[in-house]
Amino acid sequence: MSNNPPKMTASHVDVHYGSNHAIRDVSIDVYQEDVTAFIGPSGCGKSTFLRSLNRMNDTIPTARVSGDIRLDGEDIYARGMDVVQLRARVGMVFQKPNPFPKSIYENVAYGPKIHGLAQSKAELDRIVERSLTRAGLWNEVKDRLSDSGTTLSGGQQQRLCIGRAIAVDPEVILMDEPCSALDPVATARIEELIHDLRGRYAIVIVTHNMQQAARVSQRTAFFHLGQLIEYGDTSDIFTNPRQERTKDYITGRYG
Amino acid sequence: MSKSLVPHAPVSTAEVEPHRPTDWRSIAMERRIRRRYAAERRFRLLGLGAVVVSAGFLAFLLVVMIAQGHLGFVETRVALPLDLRQARLGLTAERLRGPGADLALAGAGLERAVDAAANRAYPMQGGAALLSDGAWLRVRDRIKRDPHLLSRPFMLTLPVASAIDVAAKGNGTPAAERSVAALGPRLSRGIAWSFFSGADSTDATRAGIWGGLKGSLLTMLVTLALAFPIGVLSAIYLEEYAPRNRATDFLEVSINNLAAVPSIVFGLLGLAVFIGTLHLPRSAPIVGGLTLALMTMPVIVIASRNAIRAVAPSIRDAALAVGASPIQVVSHHVLPLAAPGILTGTIIGMARALGETAPLLMIGMRAFIAAPPGSLTDPATALPVQIFLWSDQVSRGFVEKTSAAILVLLVFLLAMNGVAILLRNRFETRW
Repeated sequence: MSNNPPKMTASHVDVHYGSNHAIRDVSIDVYQEDVTAFIGPSGCGKSTFLRSLNRMNDTIPTARVSGDIRLDGEDIYARGMDVVQLRARVGMVFQKPNPFPKSIYENVAYGPKIHGLAQSKAELDRIVERSLTRAGLWNEVKDRLSDSGTTLSGGQQQRLCIGRAIAVDPEVILMDEPCSALDPVATARIEELIHDLRGRYAIVIVTHNMQQAARVSQRTAFFHLGQLIEYGDTSDIFTNPRQERTKDYITGRYG
Repeated sequence: MSKSLVPHAPVSTAEVEPHRPTDWRSIAMERRIRRRYAAERRFRLLGLGAVVVSAGFLAFLLVVMIAQGHLGFVETRVALPLDLRQARLGLTAERLRGPGADLALAGAGLERAVDAAANRAYPMQGGAALLSDGAWLRVRDRIKRDPHLLSRPFMLTLPVASAIDVAAKGNGTPAAERSVAALGPRLSRGIAWSFFSGADSTDATRAGIWGGLKGSLLTMLVTLALAFPIGVLSAIYLEEYAPRNRATDFLEVSINNLAAVPSIVFGLLGLAVFIGTLHLPRSAPIVGGLTLALMTMPVIVIASRNAIRAVAPSIRDAALAVGASPIQVVSHHVLPLAAPGILTGTIIGMARALGETAPLLMIGMRAFIAAPPGSLTDPATALPVQIFLWSDQVSRGFVEKTSAAILVLLVFLLAMNGVAILLRNRFETRW
């Protein structure tokens, strides 16, 4: 645990999809130097909650978010908040790798281009190289940057998507079950990558896989039926859960 | 334990019944298998039959059209000896080099001179009546290219009158057939270039499709310039920006209904609005284009919306997640991926507009117009309307012209559909 103020704070957050009350009164702090894992059975609302951290829920017309979510103390649902900039500061990696049907280079360069982060082609090249290196993909693709991003394998595509998120220099990276479509080898690479990225970005990862949560995260939140059941240090959650429901889930009696 | 997540497992009653293995070889089972195969066979035969019938219709249409129409591209010519020195045209080679050449030749009585030559050469076969009305124009063009012909005798093959032309192609009246037999080897055949360059005429040998074709092209230009941007922008707005509510639902239903409205209704609308209220010129391509744009727009809106909707939501999410604004998501990602579908829909809509006759009749594009339109506001006709007008003609020469014009229209439609298919295949979605 750290003494720094949290990177993101969510307090008393409720999310509705139409009449469906998907998230009930959830409060969580996310710290810069930790990887935070959200675990819980399917449909428990962990992805929904994740998507409200960068306002991706805005794209769903029936979704309503209430409560207070702050990034560095700034209310991200405030009237004057620029959603486009927020999403650049809080990047996201999705469950299924979704590279643009463009070249590998273009995939990474797109974000910096639209935000004007590079003044010259050379600078853009440097950003692409740095991002792909951080995403652990540079050595595999440096000779074929003009190939389509969709020609890569699933695991490479997902690392490309991570590289794409890194390229706009975000402060927080949200990962929505980033390994659920990948084989164990590719999963291990992503986990390694998350480990390397820890500290540079605040990382929040939603996962179905409890071993993964135990391996990659320092803090874990257990969701069930839209409620936050327990939130604490990963080691505590997995070895000494305070709640009966958490214990049932962790020990595989449910989920 | 009250807070435990584990539900108590209910005991199924089905477990109590004894297990009976399925007999896959029983008589009932075999009969079912036979019936299944028979149904499969029947269905495949029906499908094959349907395909054969529709292909047969298409082949029949093409064979009939080509059989009748190919002669429309051909004209019969007769060899005519000419010596213009006798005609005293009062023309010099110098005058024919200037810009007033056409006027000088028309005023000099060239037509009379050609008629006189025909009367001299073929007195028994009708003389001047043997030649097409436009035959002297060929002589004129020839002299313009080679003014020295004014001062020496020469031979020229000239198009014959419609009745002789029809007889030479084997479908004439007995009198004309006799003339053809008498002329024998002095008749020849050639490609009727005037069919591609001429406009409408009362004389079948002079009638051409260029007037109708150019009218159609100008009309399509107006249609495309209006229907494409309006249709695509509406589709983008409805798909990407419009909220889902009663008003947009109503709009959607209206657009779908608009696409199904009979085309003649759009003609009436065009007549009432563009000509009646806005006082735009009658029979003009601009009015035709506006009217057809009304008809084509819903088709483009529907096709574009489908294409936009078919773009994977994950691509939108990906773009939004790196901080692309809605307009950037649309212009950088959605539109490029939807473009093949949008263009295919547009081309199919345009092809439908190109073949449309009824609304153009309503706004007066069915007038007899003997010159190709020079601008969007000139009186014009369109190719399908031209076909309709020719099919109504009594003169026999127009039968083959009608079929030939249909072939030209078909070529354009097939080419447009071909481009649409090409686009669809070339830019197949790849994500």
